[in-house]
Amino acid sequence: MTDVTPYVVLSAILFSIGAVGVLTRRNAIVVFMCVELMLNACNLALVAFAKQHGNLDGQVAAFFVMVVAAAEVVVGLAIIMTIFRTRRSASVDDASLLKY
Amino acid sequence: MDFVKPTIEYAELAPLLIVLGGACLGVAVEAFLPRSPRRTVQLVLTSVVLLAAFATTIWVATDLAEVAGGAARGLLTAEGTIVVDGPTVFLWGLVLLLSLGGVALFAERRVEGGVSAFAGQAAALPGTEAEREASTRGWEHTEVYPLLLFAVGGMMLFPASNDLLTMFVALEVLSLPLYLLTGLARRRRLLSQEAALKYFLLGAFSSGFFLYGAALVYGFAGSMQFTAIAEAVRNDTGNQALLLVGMGLLAVGLLFKVGAAPFQGWTPDVYQGAPTAVTAFMSAATKVAAFGALLRLFYVAFGSDRWSWQPMMWAVAILTMVVGAVVAVSQTDVKRMLAYSSVAHTGFILTGVLGVQGAGELADGQITSLQAVLFYLAAYGVATLGAFAVVTLVRDSNGEATHFDRWAGLGKRSPWLAGAFGLYLLSMAGIPLTAGFVGKWAVFTVAMSAGAWPVVLTAIASSIVAIFFYVRYIRIMFFTEPHAGTPAGEVASVTTPSLLTSATIAAGVLATVVIGVVPGPVLDLAARAGDFIR
Repeated sequence: MTDVTPYVVLSAILFSIGAVGVLTRRNAIVVFMCVELMLNACNLALVAFAKQHGNLDGQVAAFFVMVVAAAEVVVGLAIIMTIFRTRRSASVDDASLLKY
Repeated sequence: MDFVKPTIEYAELAPLLIVLGGACLGVAVEAFLPRSPRRTVQLVLTSVVLLAAFATTIWVATDLAEVAGGAARGLLTAEGTIVVDGPTVFLWGLVLLLSLGGVALFAERRVEGGVSAFAGQAAALPGTEAEREASTRGWEHTEVYPLLLFAVGGMMLFPASNDLLTMFVALEVLSLPLYLLTGLARRRRLLSQEAALKYFLLGAFSSGFFLYGAALVYGFAGSMQFTAIAEAVRNDTGNQALLLVGMGLLAVGLLFKVGAAPFQGWTPDVYQGAPTAVTAFMSAATKVAAFGALLRLFYVAFGSDRWSWQPMMWAVAILTMVVGAVVAVSQTDVKRMLAYSSVAHTGFILTGVLGVQGAGELADGQITSLQAVLFYLAAYGVATLGAFAVVTLVRDSNGEATHFDRWAGLGKRSPWLAGAFGLYLLSMAGIPLTAGFVGKWAVFTVAMSAGAWPVVLTAIASSIVAIFFYVRYIRIMFFTEPHAGTPAGEVASVTTPSLLTSATIAAGVLATVVIGVVPGPVLDLAARAGDFIR
């Protein structure tokens, strides 16, 4: 059994960078890229664990995650594009009509 | 490594396949049919698909074989990735019925003066010539029907999934169409687009958490399948830290979807910004599907480790009820009030999740927590669908009048509709002789029998707070006059809907009263669903 701990730690670091980015960045596109970073961190963890357990479940899952992420990009960019065209800004702070 | 051809039990999966196949067909209709007949074709196609799926669900339900000594009925399908058992078919039936109501609201054209509640052309900028042209020509997006079917497909797969990967895919299949539907309102498009952006970004964020949780639990158990995870949890093999963190992250993803505090932030914004027909469908059906998935994950995969997750669920349930009930009091917009009330209801349902799990741990005459939650979901789903359907009809010259001042005196002008809304509110408040009372009683009983009395006390206190803001609406509708001197265009009045919306509201009223007065058949049906297959 290979020791996969370094890879899992790396994936945790990537995931945290992504999560912090989502919370702190203001541009919707960058926020969305941070979400993608989180998904890719998941992929790394899945593949590392697949290596550790010696089965293919994790690797297959990684492919599914890529496909799902691609579908999410389509929907997400469509929504961000509409917002941008309406408001001439992709900042998540500007969209603040709905509150309280 | 050998690859084995998977066997797929097409007969048992038929309802799911019909819905997803119908959705693909709907996309083809969009591509190949000219604009004029599209709406009729889509409407007929969607309704037929949902009815056919409902009929096959009943057929599948009557045909399930007993397993585990009669405690559960059903079977694992598609190589153990999807499980069709009693709770699954119950939730399938419920989701399909609620989405039939959703389709009826989507298709409503009379209240907007001949067009649907969706944007004429979503790509046209608000306030431009292009938008006016789309509007005057009476264009509408008929894509909403296939989108709805895809969402329904995801909602059916979500509680039926028996491994983490399938559950993740189902989560996305149900969410992505809803993000789009949220942004397609014909009026108040800035609000609608903003709601879509918020829903999308937060939804994607939470599904990232879900997925990382899935990866960690896979690292713990070496398999994605719930049966194998349950086995690993029972035998205490693997790294406990991975299990606990993974469980927490999975819970974040699912609690976000059901709208539990502290992940409830999106609920009011999305419910308010989305077209009300979408809100009605989403608030009812998503909750049903997500609670089904939550129950399956925590009862089947993590059932033997419940001492690790129950304290967390206690805290989340208490916080959710308090936040939902208290913040709802200060709301002046009817859609936001209903959104916070849905948060409070999430808390009540979570109270039921804390109950005793298996039929084997029960005394005579007690009900399982699964049964209580299934019943509550039915009662709540019907009431919330109906309440939002009423909201679509109360309008002034600017479209829907959602501010609660506008509802003053509505009971005098349209007693029937105001009465229906009042009944839905009473059901949500849990007044006896409505479905909501039996649901509340059921979830509180199962939580008490599991010793979760602090949660039940909080639940009762929040119910009392909730009664206050529900009854306030009834008072406004029936016992308040509109302000003197309000211009005629500003007074909200009820638009006469077509048969579609009227039938939805009437069916909801009927269901709420019948389930409330004679709860036996539905409780029996939930009991017949039996246990999850482990």
